[in-house]
Amino acid sequence: MKQTQFEQRYQAHWHAFALQLESLEKSQACDPAHRSFASAYRQICQHLALAQARGYSSHLIDHLQRLALRGHRQFYRHRSSLPGQLAGFLLQGFPRLVRQQWRSVLLASLLFYGSLLLMGGLVYSHPELVYSIMEPSQVSDMEQMYDPAARRIGKLAERDSNDDWMMFGHYIMNNIGIAFQTFASGLLFGLGSLFFLLFNGLMIGAVAGHLTRIGYHDTFWSFVIGHGAFELTAITLAGAAGLQLGWALIAPGRHARSEALRLAAAQAVKLVAGVIIMLLIAAFVEAYWSSMTLASSSLKYWVGAALWLLVAIYFLAVGRGTHAPD
Amino acid sequence: MPCNRGCGLSQTFAPPAAAAQPALDSCYQVETPEGIDLQLRPAGIVPRALAYTIDLLIRVLTLLLLFTLLAFLGRFGTGLGLILTFLITWWYMVLFEVLNQGRTPGKYWMGLSVVHDDGTPVGWSASLLRNLLRFVDILPFGYTLGLLSCLNHPAFKRLGDIAAGTLVVYRETTLFSRPPLPEAIPQRPPLPLHLDEQRALIAFAERHEQLSTARRQELATIVSPLFDDADPAASEQALYGIAHGLLGPALDTPS
Repeated sequence: MKQTQFEQRYQAHWHAFALQLESLEKSQACDPAHRSFASAYRQICQHLALAQARGYSSHLIDHLQRLALRGHRQFYRHRSSLPGQLAGFLLQGFPRLVRQQWRSVLLASLLFYGSLLLMGGLVYSHPELVYSIMEPSQVSDMEQMYDPAARRIGKLAERDSNDDWMMFGHYIMNNIGIAFQTFASGLLFGLGSLFFLLFNGLMIGAVAGHLTRIGYHDTFWSFVIGHGAFELTAITLAGAAGLQLGWALIAPGRHARSEALRLAAAQAVKLVAGVIIMLLIAAFVEAYWSSMTLASSSLKYWVGAALWLLVAIYFLAVGRGTHAPD
Repeated sequence: MPCNRGCGLSQTFAPPAAAAQPALDSCYQVETPEGIDLQLRPAGIVPRALAYTIDLLIRVLTLLLLFTLLAFLGRFGTGLGLILTFLITWWYMVLFEVLNQGRTPGKYWMGLSVVHDDGTPVGWSASLLRNLLRFVDILPFGYTLGLLSCLNHPAFKRLGDIAAGTLVVYRETTLFSRPPLPEAIPQRPPLPLHLDEQRALIAFAERHEQLSTARRQELATIVSPLFDDADPAASEQALYGIAHGLLGPALDTPS
């Protein structure tokens, strides 16, 4: 068939397809009017192949190629519902992934908790060491914050519900930002994640050691134990995800470096998604539960211990079944 | 058609290989499950930088406006402002890319969109990944690493794009309009043509309005040994005639 006849015969199809594409590109929802889209798209692909095989002019081929490209985008568009995906991820995918990636999680935990405990022990036995990593003004701010004489604890001595809300915003902004940086900087051959894990471990260790030493242990530990279960675990997981990126670059195995990075990143970003959820929970607990002074500190220790246990059980036991949750 | 002339000429002309040469432009080819090759056109640094600048301006202005309004709400407003700052800093790109077919407002105005390496629209995980890793691309200052990676990659990918397996491409939206061919009497080609020769010939006729008369005749002279006439103008007309012959008559029964 000559090109002109081909064009005359199918021009109307192509025009209709272009209109359908336009309406699909504007809408998000599924519309029964688009039932015929799949067959129309296949037809465009066939016409493109024919036009190429018959050596039709570039104008026609380019036009069909553009239609096929736009059709391809609509045909393979993501439509799965986010809530459904999220539920499946939380009930099964996330704990499984953490167990599967236990090596990097273990390494990140050792780095983070190791530096935390070491620094905490050092500051406890040699109190002056706290000034080697923190400014004196920071130290006095911190002492003021956890002073047992204050009625409510946290960043502000006097708080009401609006303050809780403000701190909730602050924790989200601050903690998730730190987690994102810890993860992303892993792309620098893992060095960035290493730095953020150690740096945060040292800082938290120094604060904990110092406050315990000067006798503010009750206000401090009862404050941090609850949300720490989520926050510290989340930071180590973000670090683990970052270390995976770095490791893919250092030891790509049998893949090209870019390919190894792509594969590792696809796994790592799932960990990050879990980290975001954990930090949202942590921010909520920190703003509304940890800062409460109505609850006695022994109750807070019990609740805190329960939360740690919950997190441990979640990562060790959830999602071991073979069936996908509905 | 005299065979000896055709055969002799095909030697003088050193016929191009039938296999398609790799394209000289930056097109990125993707083979789809439907068995066709899609041509994606990766966008370079300048349009992407402009798109980013537009997005940055939008975000800064939005935040300024928000904080001015929320300042009236006291501490509750500050908390809300911090959450919104978080959303706008880290999620602006992701939300727009996933929910708006790979286009943030800046990309929309620059005619760009983000797609996976296989040409499908970008999804949640890839978009989150490429935007989180932006943090590394801006290191040590002003997108240095991103720029170096972009300049070094055949498809202009920054580090985030390499890790997430995404591409920033131009969106194609132009409508089909084939320019009319110049008037000529349809004729058959003096020798069998390869597909790409056929396309080149039609393209020459289709582009006649963009070329000057001198250039058209210069191009036509290359093939004038094919025709009895050595006059370039006559060769040009003959080429148009062949193009007409290849495209076929407008109202005819299928052959």
